[in-house]
Order: sequence, then C-alpha cells, then structure tokens
Amino acid sequence: MSATQELEFRDAIRDAMSEEMRRDKRVMLMGEEVAEYNGAYKVSRGMLDEFGPRRIIDTPISESGFAGMAIGAAMLGLRPVVEFMSWSFSLVAADPILNNAPKMLFMSGGQFGCPIVFRGNDGAGGQLGSTHSWSVEGLFSNVPGIKIVIPSTPADAKGLMKTAIRDDDPVFFLESERLLGMKGEVPVGEDVLVKFGQACVRREGTDCTIASWGRPVHFCMEAAEALAKEGISCEVLDLRTIRPLDIGAIERSVRKTSNLVIVDQSWSFGSPGSEVAAQIHQRCFDDLDNHVHRVHTEDVPAPYAFNLEQEYLPNTRKICEAVRSATYNA
Amino acid sequence: MATPTTDGKPSHDVHGGLPIPRRAANRPVPSAELLRGWYRELVLIREFEIRCMQAYQDKKIGGFCHVYIGQEAVAVGCVAALKPQDPLVTAYRDHGHALARGMTARACMAEMFGRVDGCAKGKGGSMHMFDREHNLFGGHGIVGAQTPLGAGLAFATKYEDEVINNGKSSRVTLCFLGDGALNQGAFHEALNLAGLMNLPVIFVVENNGYSMGTSIHRGTTQSHDLSSKALGYGIDSAVIDGMNLLEVYHGMKDVVEKCRRESRPAFVDMRCYRYKGHSMSDPRKYRTRDEEELWEQGDPIGIFEKFILDQGAITHDQIKALQKEVKAEVRDAVDFADNSPVPPMSDLYHDVYREPWGRYTGTSEPRMYGGAVNPPTFRATREGDGLI
Repeated sequence: MSATQELEFRDAIRDAMSEEMRRDKRVMLMGEEVAEYNGAYKVSRGMLDEFGPRRIIDTPISESGFAGMAIGAAMLGLRPVVEFMSWSFSLVAADPILNNAPKMLFMSGGQFGCPIVFRGNDGAGGQLGSTHSWSVEGLFSNVPGIKIVIPSTPADAKGLMKTAIRDDDPVFFLESERLLGMKGEVPVGEDVLVKFGQACVRREGTDCTIASWGRPVHFCMEAAEALAKEGISCEVLDLRTIRPLDIGAIERSVRKTSNLVIVDQSWSFGSPGSEVAAQIHQRCFDDLDNHVHRVHTEDVPAPYAFNLEQEYLPNTRKICEAVRSATYNA
Repeated sequence: MATPTTDGKPSHDVHGGLPIPRRAANRPVPSAELLRGWYRELVLIREFEIRCMQAYQDKKIGGFCHVYIGQEAVAVGCVAALKPQDPLVTAYRDHGHALARGMTARACMAEMFGRVDGCAKGKGGSMHMFDREHNLFGGHGIVGAQTPLGAGLAFATKYEDEVINNGKSSRVTLCFLGDGALNQGAFHEALNLAGLMNLPVIFVVENNGYSMGTSIHRGTTQSHDLSSKALGYGIDSAVIDGMNLLEVYHGMKDVVEKCRRESRPAFVDMRCYRYKGHSMSDPRKYRTRDEEELWEQGDPIGIFEKFILDQGAITHDQIKALQKEVKAEVRDAVDFADNSPVPPMSDLYHDVYREPWGRYTGTSEPRMYGGAVNPPTFRATREGDGLI
C-alpha cells in the first residue's frame, strides 16, 4: 500500500496538473482567472508562481474563443488543460467542444487527434440559480468522441486528472464546487493513476445496488447508512467515468443484489441514468426483482430558493425512498 | 447585386470596398520555372473543380460541395508565400487549398467520392480535407469555427518554439475564412485572443462578396473597409487583389514576412469572386449574369496566362501541353476515386477514440477494456476513503 497524504479536493486536482506539467512541457493550463487570481475557486493556486505566465494563461471571458484556440493547439501537439470556471459557461463554447474536439480524429481519418482536458465546476453550486447550475453530463454524454470523468473523492480527482492529461482523446472533467473543500487521503506518487472505465465499490451490500458518480455518491453513502439501520443492505458503486462506462461492474453487482437504483444529478430525459437503466434492463432482465429505479434532478430549471433547490437535487431522502420502493419495502 | 453605375449598367464592384493597392509592378519577377509551376496549379484546381461538378451531377459526390472556381489565385498565391512547415487551416471551400498545399488530386477526389483512398479515408468528405504531411489542419464546416483553431495553431507553434525549445517563434499560421465568417462571434473572439497574445496567425478573408446569397453590404458593417474589423483588435491589415496571382503572392509575401518577424497577427481583405454558386445547389438568383460575365473577363487564370506569355516564361505550345497533362491528371484522379474501394464497415468505429482500451464499439455494448469484457472491480485503497 502506497503512502497517502491528506489533501483538499481542489489541491488534489492542482497537484495532478502540476505533476503532469513538470513531467511534460506540452501540458499547459488556460482559462479565466487561472493565473494571477489563482483560480476563481483556487484550484490553480500557486501554479503561476511555479510555471510562469507562458504556461499558466489567463484568458478573457471568451469561452468559444479560448476553447477553440486550445483545440487548435492540441491538434498541433500540445496538451492543454482548459478551465471553465463553470461548465455552465461551456455552453457558449458548444461548437468547439462538441463539434470540433470530439470529431477531429474521426473526420481527419485518424490524422489529427485532440489531446485536451476541459475541466471545471459542474452541477448545483449552492443557490446559483437557473443558468449557473448545469449538470452538463446529461447533454454531453450523448456525444461520441469525448470521455467524461466525474470524480467523487480527492484521491480519484487526482488519479483521474492525471489519466485525463495523459489521455490522447478529449476529456471532459466535471468537478463539483460543493466538493472542492472536501478532504481525503490521496496516494502519494507521480504515477498513481486511476484508469478510466473502472467503477469503484464504495460500500458492499446484498439487497440493492445504488450506482452513481460525482457528488451524489456521498448522498448514496448516507442513504446506505440509514437504510442499513432498516435492515436493507445496499451496495454503492461509484462509476467515476460516464464515457467509458463500466456497465460490467453494475451488471455484476445487480446479479448479486437483483435491484438497481441509479442516482444522477442531471435531468432524467436522455441522461446517463436513462442509458444505464436501458442497458441493465437489457443485460439483467431475468436477474432483476423490480424495474430499475432512478433518482434525478427534478425536471425543471434550477430554482434559487434554498428549500426548492434542496428538493430539486437528488438527496438522501429521495434515494432512501427509491431503494425502499425498489426492494418492496415502501 | 452588383452596384449599379450611373449609366444603369452593372458594376464590377461587388465588394463596395476601398481601392486596392498594387504591389507586383515594382517587384522582381519570379523565375520562369516558379511561374510555370503556379500556372499549372491554377489550371489543376480549375480542372479539378470542373470535374467535381460533373461528378456531383453524376451523384458520385454526395452531401455539400463548394467549388473554388474563380478564387484559384488566392490559394496558389498564399501557399506560395508560406513555408511548408507553416500550418494552414481553412473553411469548407477547401479543395483548392488542399491541392495548392500539395495534396494529390487522387486523394482529394477519392475523399469526395467517399472512398478509402481519400485523404481522410472517406470519413471527412468535401468540407473536411486534412493532410498531416502537408500541415493542412482541415477544412472546417461551421462558418468561422476555424478562426479560433487558427489562433490555437499559432499559439502552439510559438509555444513549441519558445517555451519548449527555448528558441524564437519561427512559423506562421494561415487561417482562411470567407466574408460570411466576419459576422460570427468565433471570429471576433479569435482576433481578440490573437491580438492580445501576439499570435503569429494571418486571417485571410476570401472576400468574394457573398456569404451564400447575402451580399457583403447586407450582412456586414463597414464592408467597404474591413480593416476596421482588425483595427479594433490592434491587428494590422492589408487589402489584396485576389484575382491576380502576382498581387496575391507579393502582397502575402509582405504580410507573411512581417508576421514571422514580429510574431504578431495580421488580417487580409482578399478581394475575389466565386464564379459558381455557394454550393452545388445554389441557382445564384441573388446576382445578375451580367455581373458574373464582368468578373469572368478578369479571370485569374487568363490574367496570369497573359502575364507569363508576355514574360516569355511559357509558350502557347507549352500551355497546350500543360493543359493536356492536367486534364489527364484529373481524369486519372476521377478514375482512381471511382475504382477505390468504399470504406469497410469496420472503419465506422475506428478513429472515434485513439483506442487505448482496444477497439471502440459504441456505448450500447461497451467493450473498452482491451478485450476484457468484464474488467476487475477496482476497490478504493481503504473502505470509505475520503468520504464525507
């Protein structure tokens, strides 16, 4: 077992980027406020001091421009990391990030890849209102050619970020503002990577599988704890990446528990959650004791009011209700 | 529409632009060999595009097809002013740029036929000509989308030269766009970034007067003086006669040298005219036949042909022989494309990812683990590691 150190989630991401920048001069970071301001959310704290303004680059508020610029740089062989202060702002860069980056390799017949990482806050940040609370995985998981990473712990954030930077394909790395201050033990070592496409069992159980990714994993753990007191044993799976999707891990768990609840903080219609449900219904039709249950963000724009936002998001209560329903304990 | 003159006849002036400076007259004439080479490229692009139109009508080429006839001098002159290692990126009217950059007529035609020997194995099509060997970073289909890419290519060459290799910025990027792209947000963001970051990129606006069916003065402010677009971003500009190859060459030579020397962006209003429609389905009802004929009288191939004949760089017999040779080359490209196999179905799932997990087969049946359909379950180093 390798040594670990306690790190905040944001510093785990920073350490991953810094280590990769020391390792490879082709890696650079650009985005709004990443340099002199030390990051709007302090993720890139100290990086300007170490790497200087040629490699830590402040951009104007110009998402379409700098996202496209970074893609051009990646085509030529650099490995840019691009910070979106919020993934909500990536929508004005939809053409470069969805129409250029994921298609370059394909439409050039394999000649030009796009080794780039787009990263930033995804999901509700805390009363940010309708336009700043996007969970873009619902939209973007529809697009082939990108990889989507949604870590839930500091250790995963670091290991997955390092994998993302070394990856030759465009990676969308979705952080949660609400997790950035979370502390956790992170393995020490420049080559401790977490592979894409490998789900992690966060808690073992026998009655119901709860599959999730990103921040809601923690709600799932709370729910599992509460349900254990009611005699319902839950297995919590953290998928960690949506593309590639470790459907095999969910399938194996469902064969054991015969029940599945998916917790997904994007809207339900045409979402990663609905895709997982469809695939599990297909693969585990005879193993399931009930249809797959899903807990999503409510199908409305994000509200501002605190109480409404709490009810809008997946939460522990809703997960408990879904598990009770799935296991006929409602 | 062409601007009516006082006598009611259509004018040559579709751009409504300020006068174009002339540069070539005072410059040394390039070698006869170079001139003949350029002439051959002009003729090749023209012949290639004529054959494309035929093949499109024969339904050998599908989708959208935007031909370059009338604008040949722009691609040939611009590429001649570059070094081979200078990146080039363009929009969807890209066959001419690809051929001028050195792509073979065979690879270009086979791509349009959707065949496996195409430059992108038949997966790109007419609008997406890519050629790594010749530093052609694509034709791009969304109007203006290539302008941030051009800034990024320039960012990367400068970064490679200066940050990675501790040297001096040595390459310039040529980014072509149409006049329609002037009104896209991406263009303005790219110019701002290029100006701000001192990127060695040249934005060449192939100003043919029309964005699809909308003449430039109907869609673009300050259309008489496009340099005002660049001025706002602190970028120097030039106006060049895109119908005259020598003007293009000498004008671009100046711009390229300055851009390379100063490592600063540049903007070029390249005045030209496309003889055919926006795409193959365009009946060109937004302009008059008279206007087209006026421009055809100033055909870039005719102008250059006269020049090199006057210079004694070529003879009438040599022109005939050269035209025959080019016709044969393009005919061969069509035959080659026609006989090239269609891509195998297995290619459908290739080049979606670089494939580090083995062959990608889509999300519905994910097998991205190097053949291991059921990968081992990863466990956290400690149960509940780092959980709230």
